[in-house]
Amino acid sequence: MIKFSRILLLVTILFAACSKGDDSPGGDDGGETPNSFDRGAMLANWADVIIVPAYAAFTEQTNELQLASENFSANPTSESLISLQQSFREAYNGFETVSMFEIGKADELNYRNYLNTYPVNTSSVDSKIETGSYNLDLPSSYTEQGFPALDYLLFGLGSTNEDILEFYISDTNSEAYKKYLVDVASRINNLTSQVNASWQGNYRDTFVNNTSSSSTGSVDRFTNEYVMYFEKILRSGKIGYPAGAFTGTPSPQNVEAFYAEDLSKELYETALNSFYDFYLGNSIVDTGNGSSFSDYLQYLDSMKDDADLDKLIKDQFAVVFSKSETLKSSLKAQVENDNSLMLSNFDELQRLVVLLKVDMMQALSISVDYVDSDGD
Amino acid sequence: MHLSLNKYLNTYEEAAPLAVFRLFFGLMMFGSILRFWSKGWIEKLYILPKFHFSYAGFEWVKPLGNFTYLIFIICAISALLVAVGFKYRLAIITFFLSFTYIELMDKTTYLNHYYFISILSFLMIFLPAAVYFSFDAKKDTKKAFQKVPKWTIDSIKLLLSIVYIYAGLAKINSDWLLRAMPLKIWLPSKYDLPFLGDLMQQDWMHYFFSWSGMLYDLCIPFLLLWRKTRFFAFILVIIFHVLTRVLFPIGMFPYVMIVSALIFFSPQVHHQILEKISVWFKIKKAQFDNQRLLFYKPKKRKILHLAVSAFFVIQLLMPWRYLLYPGELFWTEEGYRFSWRVMLMEKSGYAQFKVIDAKTGNRFYVDNADFLTPFQEKQMSFQPDFIIQYAHYLAEYFRKDGHKNIEIYVDSYVALNGRKSTPYIDPEKNLLEYTNSFKHKTFILPFNDEIKGL
Repeated sequence: MIKFSRILLLVTILFAACSKGDDSPGGDDGGETPNSFDRGAMLANWADVIIVPAYAAFTEQTNELQLASENFSANPTSESLISLQQSFREAYNGFETVSMFEIGKADELNYRNYLNTYPVNTSSVDSKIETGSYNLDLPSSYTEQGFPALDYLLFGLGSTNEDILEFYISDTNSEAYKKYLVDVASRINNLTSQVNASWQGNYRDTFVNNTSSSSTGSVDRFTNEYVMYFEKILRSGKIGYPAGAFTGTPSPQNVEAFYAEDLSKELYETALNSFYDFYLGNSIVDTGNGSSFSDYLQYLDSMKDDADLDKLIKDQFAVVFSKSETLKSSLKAQVENDNSLMLSNFDELQRLVVLLKVDMMQALSISVDYVDSDGD
Repeated sequence: MHLSLNKYLNTYEEAAPLAVFRLFFGLMMFGSILRFWSKGWIEKLYILPKFHFSYAGFEWVKPLGNFTYLIFIICAISALLVAVGFKYRLAIITFFLSFTYIELMDKTTYLNHYYFISILSFLMIFLPAAVYFSFDAKKDTKKAFQKVPKWTIDSIKLLLSIVYIYAGLAKINSDWLLRAMPLKIWLPSKYDLPFLGDLMQQDWMHYFFSWSGMLYDLCIPFLLLWRKTRFFAFILVIIFHVLTRVLFPIGMFPYVMIVSALIFFSPQVHHQILEKISVWFKIKKAQFDNQRLLFYKPKKRKILHLAVSAFFVIQLLMPWRYLLYPGELFWTEEGYRFSWRVMLMEKSGYAQFKVIDAKTGNRFYVDNADFLTPFQEKQMSFQPDFIIQYAHYLAEYFRKDGHKNIEIYVDSYVALNGRKSTPYIDPEKNLLEYTNSFKHKTFILPFNDEIKGL
């Protein structure tokens, strides 16, 4: 009996110890052997070298965008319009460098949905401007704001810049349009500032210190987000939907930056480059670099004698890049004239999805399902 | 032979081990269901999905909307009734049916543990687990017995031994033993464990865990059976299952296995446990110690023997059914389930379905997120029977949507135990020409490697 109660005691203590270790995020173990991969250092590189500078740079652009919109609104001239359009192009490209970081504050705010849900619903934008009553904070207004709405307001209200300027000067409703334009630009800037502030503030440490290997750890959560971004936002959003990959009918109206036309391929390539920079651990806006998925896979690859996964992924990126060079600068024109090239781009992106979502996730032992459930 | 069998069937043993087993089993099942509920899994796994993957022959078993909660309530209550031994036979049958119904609703959630619970509760229907230390025995002294046929206790030991030994046999393959896969993938990702984190990066650790895991599974039933090694074996059981609990997200199972292993201990130990409980709850344990032996009437006895024997014959044969199929078991998964292949491989896939109008050649891809939850999509992508069922569902959906002459193809890739992902299902085959059956699935592409072993 003494023996027995001892066992029971042992079991209880062990379980108590384990369930504690299981739920608390990240035990801090300093004494790592040199041949183990330091996920903490990878998270720090992600945050300090890639994410934080990218948001900082983007925040300057959205600030610039808001100023340019106010300037145009106060003084609509050909120059102020061109200047605003230029700010818009720069900021939209800037957005493509941060769109994949939908974690923390951005996740909380539904940042990406507010900034870049397309196609824009122009009739509802028009009617909201008409009535003057709108609330851009509502999730139901995703399709009435962000860059797609600006795209419409800056390029879609006339066929030439003269026509557009004419609209803002002499349309009976031009004041309301100018107000909406400024409101949308301000909201982009406001949301971006919030996300930037959280990274400048506490969130950076929260993110970097959460080195836990559980599904709530930063690496697991971010990797899921990162791969999901590639599949849904980059592959499907920028190429798949316009090409009609999921319907069989090409739909040029689903192209990003539909009204600016020649911007769409540029945005796609910025997104692709940023995504690849992140994979390599390179800063998107600066020159710094450090460890990321590529190094992590090399470390894990070195433990087994199978295919060099990091190389396979890099090779497929090279294919995707060279394939994208053949696209017209307006993806809308590309869809309308030769959609087969869009579809073949989609297929190459698809191969990359498999490598990232199946092979990389398996190698990193990160589970793809967002449901936490028991395993065998 | 006949004589000794007869002698064995007439050997009697204290009923205490069965009573302890019943009590802990019921309580743990009650706890499991509460845990399942509190994690929101009923809604996530059974209410929210638009579509459910069924087992062949059980397509009629489906979640019942909000009434699904009722099934869980029934299951939880019956588990409690089993624990206290109140209307035991009815309670355990209800538990078996409700629990099994839950498991049959969607095979996405299949786990060997759940299967274990299902068949264990089925076996318990035939065992006199409530003739001692139960409400039933207290209420009706005619139904109270201190001693029961030994085979009733041994049958639980046998079932546990089958689970362990088959799990051990399944590990005798070249991936597990010679490549230390999939532990080589799983263990390094546990870098943040105190003390163990760094060890988990070491190559020799992966091999050590692989080999010791296999040896543990194969030996533990024997070590538990033999009196001299029993105590040591139980310590091993605790260490092994606690480790698996720390390393892998396997929920309640380690607890279930540790507590179940108590059945191997002598009746004295179980009496001590029951005495402790009697003190805590002020139960008069002596009232159950009536020295009565449970005799079955010849006819009932015969039925019980037959049912339990048939049950075990099936259990012993089930795991070998994979031999009837050509190809690599890990790849095709034909005969993989219900065979104690526990934590045996790391497999993931990606399946992109293509809908084609056979007449016009018009084609488009399916966005799986429109139809499946991420968990369902993940499970579907590497299991051929899921892929076929889903293909038929898609055809049905798009037919209603007005599409005609539908053919469905899939571009799919599967990565197994760290190998590079390779094409899985033949992309040239229209999946609608196939249905799920127990026949070999000819639309699976061959595996490009070889895994030797059982």
